[in-house]
Amino acid sequence: MAVPPPEHPEFLWRNPEPKSSYDVVIVGGGGHGLTTAYYLAAHHGITNVAVVERGWLAGGNMARNTAIIRSNYLWDESAAIYEQSLKLWEQLPEELDYDFLFSQRGVLNLAHTLGDVRESRRRVEANRLNGVDAEWLTPEEVEEVCPIINTGDDIRYPIMGATYQPRAGIAKHDHVAWALARRCDELGVDLIQNCEVTGFVKDGERVVGVETTQGRIHAGKVGLAAAGHSSQVAEMAGVQLPIQSHPLQALVSELFEPVHPTVVMSNHVHVYVSQAHKGELVLGAGIDQYVGYGQRGGFHVIEDQMAAAVELFPMFGRAHVLRTWGGVVDTTLDASPIISKTPVDQLYVNCGWGTGGFKGTPASGMTFAHTIAHDEPHPLNVPFSLERFETGFLIDEHGAAGVAH
Amino acid sequence: MMLIPCPHCGPRNETEFAYGGQAHVSYPEDPHALDDAAWARHLFYRENPKGLFAERWVHSAGCRRWFNAVRNTITYEVQSVEPIGPRPPGGRPAESTTSEGGHA
Repeated sequence: MAVPPPEHPEFLWRNPEPKSSYDVVIVGGGGHGLTTAYYLAAHHGITNVAVVERGWLAGGNMARNTAIIRSNYLWDESAAIYEQSLKLWEQLPEELDYDFLFSQRGVLNLAHTLGDVRESRRRVEANRLNGVDAEWLTPEEVEEVCPIINTGDDIRYPIMGATYQPRAGIAKHDHVAWALARRCDELGVDLIQNCEVTGFVKDGERVVGVETTQGRIHAGKVGLAAAGHSSQVAEMAGVQLPIQSHPLQALVSELFEPVHPTVVMSNHVHVYVSQAHKGELVLGAGIDQYVGYGQRGGFHVIEDQMAAAVELFPMFGRAHVLRTWGGVVDTTLDASPIISKTPVDQLYVNCGWGTGGFKGTPASGMTFAHTIAHDEPHPLNVPFSLERFETGFLIDEHGAAGVAH
Repeated sequence: MMLIPCPHCGPRNETEFAYGGQAHVSYPEDPHALDDAAWARHLFYRENPKGLFAERWVHSAGCRRWFNAVRNTITYEVQSVEPIGPRPPGGRPAESTTSEGGHA
């Protein structure tokens, strides 16, 4: 006789019908929307919250990133928010009672030119002054941390050293989303999938609700966390954002025995690679240069990526590309996010995380929840306001954030 | 890889081109008349449409000339190209879904 099928595992969250009104509606059920709802419910006592998601939970960039977590950014404002994020990553598995395989295996940012070396050493000093763990490693020390990397001088851009952040690492991104979703649900947050926002309900200069494909939902406050589609959503509320949406691709190999002990990133030859717990090599590519919403990009970008990877890791020449995919990333001109009030009352926006939003997930939610709950920013996101494009106080992180993540 | 029809050289691989973002963004006629908010609009705010987009490209590895294109940002299909120049009378191609300028 056939073995009876196993019991369906416990569901991690309900799938409720939307209520007619909530204190707060979050638009976007990705990592940032979920952490925002979590911090609203768990830390601000606001539990009458809905997260509305056009597709399925965490099916956008949260399912497509390369899962790298680090905080070694150059400027004080960035180091503060990303280091807070890293500290939250360190406590979230226990806080959410969910082991999402957060692995602090360190990150190497390689230097290949004298310019790289100067920038890297400067960033190490800046990091240390900001309480971020950072070291400068010689090529010999790089090889100790990551024996499979080619530190010889027989390549086009030999490795001249690297910055090293030991507390950096990776986490299993889908499990992070499930951990957050389960806790949000327990706290009373309604997670509503297949619910696209089609417009906003306004009372003068105030937002008082959203129109959705599941009907009108009234809201005391509305927070936008729609990543690549932020400008489309905000425009429906009459708010323009300084965002350009680009395709960003990534790829994985087949499964291998553990060979790669850390995370390696190189801005100069442009590669970032880690090995997931399951065994696949995970590589991220650069953004395609044009505005695009197709969740796909050109294959030449993948080819460039592979060329860089094989030169740095000769043994990867025997690996195969198993799967490539793309997401839509919301970039700003200073490569820093926007977590801000908007010109419309009771409407808040969290976007512009560009190619590096995954690592920022916890602090993004923490500061955005604070901004929504108090109608004013948390000290950590004061610099990341929309006003900075008018005042000129930009936070130019192209050096630490521009490409590799 | 997109095949982009350069108006001077014909269809060429995307790798020969560099991207220039939104087309028809002109320098303010009277810069002194702009306040900080207007400067922010001019410097940092660009259209980001999901659909047809009038944008600039340069054929870096070919004739090295700039031109304007109307491209679909969902399908990536290039609908039309035209040599660089002032916006044609009547604005962009009628099919364009991008809103009119407003970035003075």
